Amino acid sequence: MTEPIIYELSVPGRQGVTLPAPGVPLAELPDAALLRDDLPLPQVSEVDVVRHYVRLSQLNYGVDSGMYPLGSCTMKYNPKMNEDAARLTGFSQVHPYQPEETVQGSLELMFRLQEALQGISGFGAVSLQPAAGAHGELTGVLMIRAYHHARGDTGRNIVLIPDSAHGTNPATTSMSGLEMVQLKSDERGNVDLDDLRAHLSDRLAGMMLTNPNTLGLFDEHLLEIGALVHGAGGLMYGDGANLNALMGIAKPAALGFDVMHINLHKTFSTPHGGGGPGSGPVGANETLAAFLPGPVVAHDAEHEIYHLTMPAQSIGRVKAFYGHFGVMVRAYAYIRSLGAAGLLQASEIAVLNANYLQSLLKDVLPLTHDRTCMHEFVLRGQVEGAPDVHALDIAKRLIDYGVHPPTNYFPLIVPEALMIEPTETESKRSLDHFAAALTEIVAEARRDPELLHSAPHTAPVRRLDEVRAARQLKLRWRPESQD
Amino acid sequence: MSYVPHTANDVQEMLARIGAGSVQELFEAVPQSVRFPALDLPGPLSELETMQELTALAERNVDLAHTPSFLGAGAYHHWAPSVLNHILLRSEFYTAYTPYQPEISQGTLQAIFEYQSMICDLTGMDVSNASHYDGATALAEAVIMALSATRNRNRVVMAASVHPEYRATVRTYTQGMDLAIVGDGVGDDGSPDLPLSELAALVDDRTACLIVQSPDFFGRIGDLRGLADTVHAHKALLIVVVDPISLGLLQPPGALGADIVLGEGQPLGNTLSFGGPWVGFFATRQELVRRMAGRLVGETVDVDGQRGFVLTLSTREQHIRREKATSNICTNQGLNALAAAVYLASLGKSGLRQVAEICYHRAHYAASAINALPGYSVNATTPFFKEFVVHCPRPAAEINAALWREQGIIGGYDLGQAYLGRERDLLLCVTELNDRGQIDRLVAALQEVAS
Amino acid sequence: MATSISPDCLYTESHEWIRVDGDQAYAGITDYAQDQLSDIVYVELPEVGASYAKGDNFAVVESVKAASDCYLGLSGEIVEINEELEGQPEVVNSDPYGAGWFVRLAIADAAELGTLMTPAEYAEFVAKAEAEGGH
Repeated sequence: MTEPIIYELSVPGRQGVTLPAPGVPLAELPDAALLRDDLPLPQVSEVDVVRHYVRLSQLNYGVDSGMYPLGSCTMKYNPKMNEDAARLTGFSQVHPYQPEETVQGSLELMFRLQEALQGISGFGAVSLQPAAGAHGELTGVLMIRAYHHARGDTGRNIVLIPDSAHGTNPATTSMSGLEMVQLKSDERGNVDLDDLRAHLSDRLAGMMLTNPNTLGLFDEHLLEIGALVHGAGGLMYGDGANLNALMGIAKPAALGFDVMHINLHKTFSTPHGGGGPGSGPVGANETLAAFLPGPVVAHDAEHEIYHLTMPAQSIGRVKAFYGHFGVMVRAYAYIRSLGAAGLLQASEIAVLNANYLQSLLKDVLPLTHDRTCMHEFVLRGQVEGAPDVHALDIAKRLIDYGVHPPTNYFPLIVPEALMIEPTETESKRSLDHFAAALTEIVAEARRDPELLHSAPHTAPVRRLDEVRAARQLKLRWRPESQD
Repeated sequence: MSYVPHTANDVQEMLARIGAGSVQELFEAVPQSVRFPALDLPGPLSELETMQELTALAERNVDLAHTPSFLGAGAYHHWAPSVLNHILLRSEFYTAYTPYQPEISQGTLQAIFEYQSMICDLTGMDVSNASHYDGATALAEAVIMALSATRNRNRVVMAASVHPEYRATVRTYTQGMDLAIVGDGVGDDGSPDLPLSELAALVDDRTACLIVQSPDFFGRIGDLRGLADTVHAHKALLIVVVDPISLGLLQPPGALGADIVLGEGQPLGNTLSFGGPWVGFFATRQELVRRMAGRLVGETVDVDGQRGFVLTLSTREQHIRREKATSNICTNQGLNALAAAVYLASLGKSGLRQVAEICYHRAHYAASAINALPGYSVNATTPFFKEFVVHCPRPAAEINAALWREQGIIGGYDLGQAYLGRERDLLLCVTELNDRGQIDRLVAALQEVAS
Repeated sequence: MATSISPDCLYTESHEWIRVDGDQAYAGITDYAQDQLSDIVYVELPEVGASYAKGDNFAVVESVKAASDCYLGLSGEIVEINEELEGQPEVVNSDPYGAGWFVRLAIADAAELGTLMTPAEYAEFVAKAEAEGGH
């Protein structure tokens, strides 16, 4: 089942929308040398456009289609109220450079969101500017670097990162001009404390840590890690991707972190959009608050007015304007409607769901760490009696059972990893269905592995040749005569 | 409001299966001293009450659906056809994740492949990525790419007429690198707003790239002919920041030898929303494709020989290459890129040209009318597109305040905020959403508030 | 699993080979390496004229799922690169010791040859790596 490329539907002279006339005397156009000769965009009618994109959407799978147990992505339900709120004209038709007195509604929303995230995380200050998690990470690491430089300590250029970390962590370190050193995990999935102690020195800028980590485990020595790093003069950066396990359970600021990014598009229900937009606000304690990127929103209580301001020793702005306001509206609506009780419930049920699913599956596929997990857990996609079946095959076969596969091949330290995060919005019935599907697939692996190797069978396309895509790069459409 | 479907019974059954006595037991690994803190947040609200509160907040804003505005400066009030919103609200698009499982993500993947194609056609370049967060971060990534493509270079030449916030973002991103950024008068003794030829003369063998913007922050269309040759003679890269609507009319930088063309895609169907989320488009030459950051969609076939699309060249990216990745970018701006693609498809070849022409003619009509007002002048010796600078009889900030408070019009951007000595200069923008009546009102209002 | 080992080459612990040709040498990756990587989609080669010290990262091999750094077994200056790999990276999979060569270099210090493994030593090294599950 394929849909033509929009260019293939193009017919010369076909017009989409019509526009009004300029309605003013026409000015002379610039010199011909500055004008383009041709604009090779598609020429299609509105009906063509609508049918094309509707049909494309029907080839997709979203959280609204079914369960999406992607580890570390927190694919929870995206409330429809959030979409309506973001589309209120008073929010969507506002220019960022309007006079401050004309945008008090937006500034107040941002201020309240800053405060809400402060309350949830325990950090005293928040900047909403970073556009995504990775962006927030770059922000946090640059802040740590700026902190040391401000104290004249320019020799600290090492960042410690556990081997279970998401790839954005080491990539961020390189972008910041710092050097990364990888730390081992112990058999229980914690950071190996001996390895940590061996790497403490006066060249330590800090450590990047995800907690719960990418194995879904709460580090059993968390407070000690923070104490060791601080004792050596370093600072702790928290990757807040897994905050869905902690709301109302513990505040990251109390767990030893000095700065942390939060993913609004994970924990706070804003939609993933097929690859964004996200939003990655950063929280900081007293040590680092002055270095946050800006502008941020301040409240002048005396004059009852909100205004933009730059933190005192800000690392600078990390993008143009103020951040993803449209995403902030959605997150604020979510937080406001759930309240403290609802957020606590979300984390509790997220962790309950993961542990329930883990108990159903630990005898079906090997479990990497048999202990209470947080909001996600990792299985190994290895079936006894079917050595040629890999995590990839199991994942592709799940598609035939109507479920989006879990994250595979991450974290890297677990071979054939399947990282499963159900989130709190999956019902018990949904979880039972997923467990039954996986159980059946494992049985299929033993009696008819070819079913898995050639999966999926029921998706709009079958398994795709990724080698060919990388060897014969076709990254844009070209008319056939140019192929 | 709660989106948790569990009944008390469900919870009991699940706990029994796990072998735990209560949900709280599942958190024993959390140190007791920090467990279960009070969240200082107000209590829950129903959906109805939440919407009432949000509506009240939104109504505290002045919005451009109800108020005329001539603000541009990197954020533009353009028209988007109704079709867009209906497509963007299809939940198969907006509730989907990154297309790592291509077999069930062909909708997203093909839409992005088409977006990449359209950006190439618009910019005159060979290959486009699937988007950056915005124009400013796209520029920062372009600088990083130029440094990696040229090796052993430690200098960047950047025009002062590039958006001030883009230049600030580049400086933030590169603060950990040993890099000299020259040409825009920040931290330099040089004068800002150098002509292109003088900027090009600053390029030497230590320079990784020259960055220019056209139309620039002041609205001026640059003549880029010959610039690429000068830059390439030093084996450096030419990076051009562009407005996508202007490309409906103007020569794309790709035709003039640019190595990287990027900009803000907000004007292509993405609402202003007080600054975001928008989309940074980014295109380059084929030889540089492996150095380009960001996701890439490629065409391939499945086991039955059917055409399909996948994310490709992922080995450059953070999840595989880790500390040697081209960038740390993970989430991009998928839905905003989709909006840009649907916009370009809806307007198409003739529509985009028409929008560009309307903006051009109306901006020129406004500029001549304002230039004729006593006390105001517009320097139109350099060609401009949809924005122009008005030199005012009073500080621009005062003009703006008077326009709003006395005339109910949102004025322009006060250049004194970003450029030394330009407090009397007001940057005005005219688009297809400012009709003749609004422009005439603005001219009359400017006359009123001149003193 | 029978991995092929060329008798004409010397080997590094990171699975690259060196084949001496007078005062020059060819370099590439071993059969074991290409098998671990599976389908190779791209090889990033250095520039002719670039100089490297023994152990330097001189090339990158990309498959769909990984990008691996390759390390040069000897110090020297690159005098030729295998242009065929640009359009046919799969040649590294099918003929890693022959048509799949990466670079030819001028040997800076012949004494370094003594630090490399002989075919027999490498065979033992690979057998151990395979037993450990291959990484």
